[in-house]
Amino acid sequence: MIEVFKYSLKDMVRNRWIFLYTGFFLLVTISLLALSNDLMKVTISMSNIVLILTPLVGLLFGTMYCYNSREFIDLLLAQPLSRISVYSGVYLGLAVSLILSVVIGIGVPMVFYGIFSSEALVPFIVLFSMAIVLSIIFSLIAFLIAARFENKLKGFGLAIFVWLFFAVIYDGILLLVLMWFKEYPLEKLTIGLTLFNPIDLARILILLKLDVSAMMGYTGAVLQKYLGSGMGILTIITSLTLWIIIPAMFLKRILYRKDF
Amino acid sequence: MIEVVNLHKSFKKNVVLKGIDLTIGDQGITAILGPNGSGKTTFIKSILGLVIPQSGEIKVQNQSIKGRDDYRSGISHLPQIASFPENLTGRELIKLVKDLRKGESREDELIDLLNLRQELDKKMGNLSGGNKQKINIVLALMFDTPLIILDEPSTGLDPVSLLRFKEFIKKESDAGKKILLTTHIMDLVDKLADDVIFLLDGNIHFQGTVKQLLTTTGEQTIEKSIASLLQSDV
Repeated sequence: MIEVFKYSLKDMVRNRWIFLYTGFFLLVTISLLALSNDLMKVTISMSNIVLILTPLVGLLFGTMYCYNSREFIDLLLAQPLSRISVYSGVYLGLAVSLILSVVIGIGVPMVFYGIFSSEALVPFIVLFSMAIVLSIIFSLIAFLIAARFENKLKGFGLAIFVWLFFAVIYDGILLLVLMWFKEYPLEKLTIGLTLFNPIDLARILILLKLDVSAMMGYTGAVLQKYLGSGMGILTIITSLTLWIIIPAMFLKRILYRKDF
Repeated sequence: MIEVVNLHKSFKKNVVLKGIDLTIGDQGITAILGPNGSGKTTFIKSILGLVIPQSGEIKVQNQSIKGRDDYRSGISHLPQIASFPENLTGRELIKLVKDLRKGESREDELIDLLNLRQELDKKMGNLSGGNKQKINIVLALMFDTPLIILDEPSTGLDPVSLLRFKEFIKKESDAGKKILLTTHIMDLVDKLADDVIFLLDGNIHFQGTVKQLLTTTGEQTIEKSIASLLQSDV
């Protein structure tokens, strides 16, 4: 697995899309830093971009990479390696290169601008970790899609839909539910539903650390009450971990039965 | 070397292998022939564990392959389509496969044989189809294994390389290895194969030596024999 990972990473870091992705983050971070010296504001602006972009790129890049590597994966599978170790190696190569993009594109400029001595350090660390966690989750879902559907068009379609669902549609549905049941106490339901969307989870975790929840009125108070405590944060982290473990288990199941 | 009992495989509604029973000996070159879609590649992939059959058993070197990966260290496989990570060079790929399958390797012999030395440091994305196939051959054959499986090996090779490749395969066979070969080029069968398995619609239609094939069909060439096997069925 380690060998496959090494070569997959080597292939990825020379990939021009990864360059583009890293370059985009660099450009945005540096531009925002040039526009404002307030690292807290930059962190808030970055969080909006990261929450939309990392899932999208993880999904599209993951499916594309998995489909393009099909024959190479076949070649690896003809070696005395198990399916799991081949896929883990290729997946880790992708995930690590996406993470490197975040580290170089966002981390490096922020460190240069003195994030370590700034009061925005804690929110930034949360934002940074969420960028990494979302990259891991959504590229894993991409692998799951590409392993399950041989048809590339179907795979890409589904990948885009998954992104649209979690980034846009899910919140719409949540709002509708809140409208329909506005006569009832909804705090627990809302919090419960949020746990099923990794993007929302990441957003809440960042918001809580930004301390802007105080400005969000009742919602902010509810979030702070249920999720701001140690127990709440533990719940969010557990839920995000499950978002990695469950797709990985599905992937394993598919791989054992798949014909190459 | 290989024992197959009652092998069934279908992809959704498409039944590809319909109960194949087969024993393949320890030595010599066996050509697996058949029209497109007759199940040749599926059969080979089942032996490699890439395709999981619905039922039946496959034994390689007297051991069932079910749920195992280690037996593949005794197999060299040349896949049909050569496609590699675009940003890696041939040299890096060779090193990767060497790292994956420890043990003696003989890539230099193959690189010289196929005249590939100048191409090794180019990225795979920049190589021609023929040169990719040559890298494919080096990757597949650089380990000394008792079983060699070749799926359409001649694709894209120039005449000189093809000639040298044929000689190499012949030499391997003389050294006591077992070689399985699928191809549509009858000349390759004529020059190389000791015996023939003819697959049609997921069944074995004929199995025997090349000589037996010619006498059974009463034809002069392998090409005509195959044509007559196909027609006799229609």
